[in-house]
Amino acid sequence: MPGTPKRQLLAGRAASRRGTEEPPFIKWLLILLALAFALVFLLLPLANVFVQALAKGWSVYIASLTHPDSRAAIRLTLLVAAISVPLNVLFGLAAAWAIAKFEFRWKSLLITLIDLPFSVSPVVAGLMFVVLFGLQGFFGKWLQAHDIQIIFAVPGIVLATVFITFPFVARELIPVMQATGAEQEQAALTLGANGWQTFWHVTLPSVKWGLIYGIILCNARAMGEFGAVSVVSGHIAGQTNTMPLQVDKLYNEYNTAAAFAVASLLALLALLTLALKTFLEWQQAHEYEKAQKPVVDSPSTIN
Amino acid sequence: MAQRRFNALPGFGLTFGFTLFYLGALVLVPFAALIIKTCQLSWADFWHLATTSRALAAYRLTFGASLVAAVANALFGTLLAWVLVRYEFPGRRIIDAMIDFPFALPTAVAGLTLASLFGPNGWFGRYLLPVGINGAYTPLGVVIALTFVGLPFAVRTLQPVLENLEREVEEAAATLGAGRLRTFVTILAPSLLPAVLTGFALAFARAIGEYGSIVFISGNIPFKTEIAPQLIFIRLEEYDYSGAIALAVVLLVFSFLLLAAINVLEQWAAKFQH
Repeated sequence: MPGTPKRQLLAGRAASRRGTEEPPFIKWLLILLALAFALVFLLLPLANVFVQALAKGWSVYIASLTHPDSRAAIRLTLLVAAISVPLNVLFGLAAAWAIAKFEFRWKSLLITLIDLPFSVSPVVAGLMFVVLFGLQGFFGKWLQAHDIQIIFAVPGIVLATVFITFPFVARELIPVMQATGAEQEQAALTLGANGWQTFWHVTLPSVKWGLIYGIILCNARAMGEFGAVSVVSGHIAGQTNTMPLQVDKLYNEYNTAAAFAVASLLALLALLTLALKTFLEWQQAHEYEKAQKPVVDSPSTIN
Repeated sequence: MAQRRFNALPGFGLTFGFTLFYLGALVLVPFAALIIKTCQLSWADFWHLATTSRALAAYRLTFGASLVAAVANALFGTLLAWVLVRYEFPGRRIIDAMIDFPFALPTAVAGLTLASLFGPNGWFGRYLLPVGINGAYTPLGVVIALTFVGLPFAVRTLQPVLENLEREVEEAAATLGAGRLRTFVTILAPSLLPAVLTGFALAFARAIGEYGSIVFISGNIPFKTEIAPQLIFIRLEEYDYSGAIALAVVLLVFSFLLLAAINVLEQWAAKFQH
């Protein structure tokens, strides 16, 4: 007999742990490996941005950021995001409404087409707009005759950015709207609300976290896009250089400190995006938990 | 026709119409423009432009480095997903949040900081160069940049699958006398494989088209460290539209084949998640 009941119980527990958990030294080896990888590939690249940006001191850092070309690049990046993000939000809401609330043929084809820009190399995306609006392109002659410039100008940068960030909002919204179904909207309509009221008071609140999530991702990509914008911008400092293009220009001029200074703002944007994203996920989990919990009677009513 | 199921809801015409118009104007017309321009090339011209020796060298690097990076992502992504889901350790939540960092960081900044880290004076380069590992201006640098960029795809595809795995099955295997290694190989690995492969394919697809993070670290030396998107860019700067278009079509065709493969993989993976 293998000992007392207590010892039997402990032996049994150890055996079941052996079966469903790794031995401690393997567990800690895996954790150490993962931490080392995260350190080398995630944390040090991030830290390096700020260390290099401040390598020559705060005064050089501030001077790099307040240089007229840098300020123009920051303004242009904000402008491009301010145009392209709202456009894609509008599209995302419309597409999600049509796809989630109605049945029609070729729906899955439509969803595939919406995802299309994700599978195109940014450089190829930029090339498409050059083929359309460049001097040798389809509308090149006509645009030149009417003195309209799209390629090597701000409109081209906006078009390329809209293309690259096209699926972000729609992609987050479609599954969320599909999951909520259409019963609540139909109830609102039955109770006398009109279409817009239903949308504002019923649909929008139920998809708000998915919508904000999509906007954050869309904005981060819009401000950070490099390849597509690089093809159509023409790289005119102070005029058609966005922040990522300005980083590239400064780096090629061996002005490393200034390149990292501008890059540090973009890294801050990435950190802010991550923080908001984590907060939203936490918020969603919290609301989900609240919805799952049964309504608790207040203590005073019991007994 | 349409609107059959929820015909009480308004707005189908407006939203569907706007969706088609916006999609058509901003995505389909640019695509069509590229296709029409391609069709204007003769087959012989197209073949000649798409298969110059410089182009072939660029494809080799793009596909080869993407493949190596995707394999690295599958391995380390699986490790990270496993550790994040299964173990409790200090800093777990921070690492978990940081997994999306390469996705949130503009590619130009990623390229800039990696080039600096692996350069001769960088934190890594100063120790790696003396032992003969050169990460800057080499194909290895391209692999490093692509591994950075693809990591979130591998981890985030596997993580939910691992979380939803029923521990009871592992317990049953243990009760029946299987050791941990045997449980992992015969029970866990087969149900994780579809998600690992999907993550691999997503990272691979992302790597094929990647441009921003590579141009900083690769040095763009023709025949050696020049990737296909970079060559498209150079052709455009030379006003050689046909050359740029031929290369772009090769990349696009490959991307679509990969996309089709990912769809098949995702359907397969969905079967394992009830």
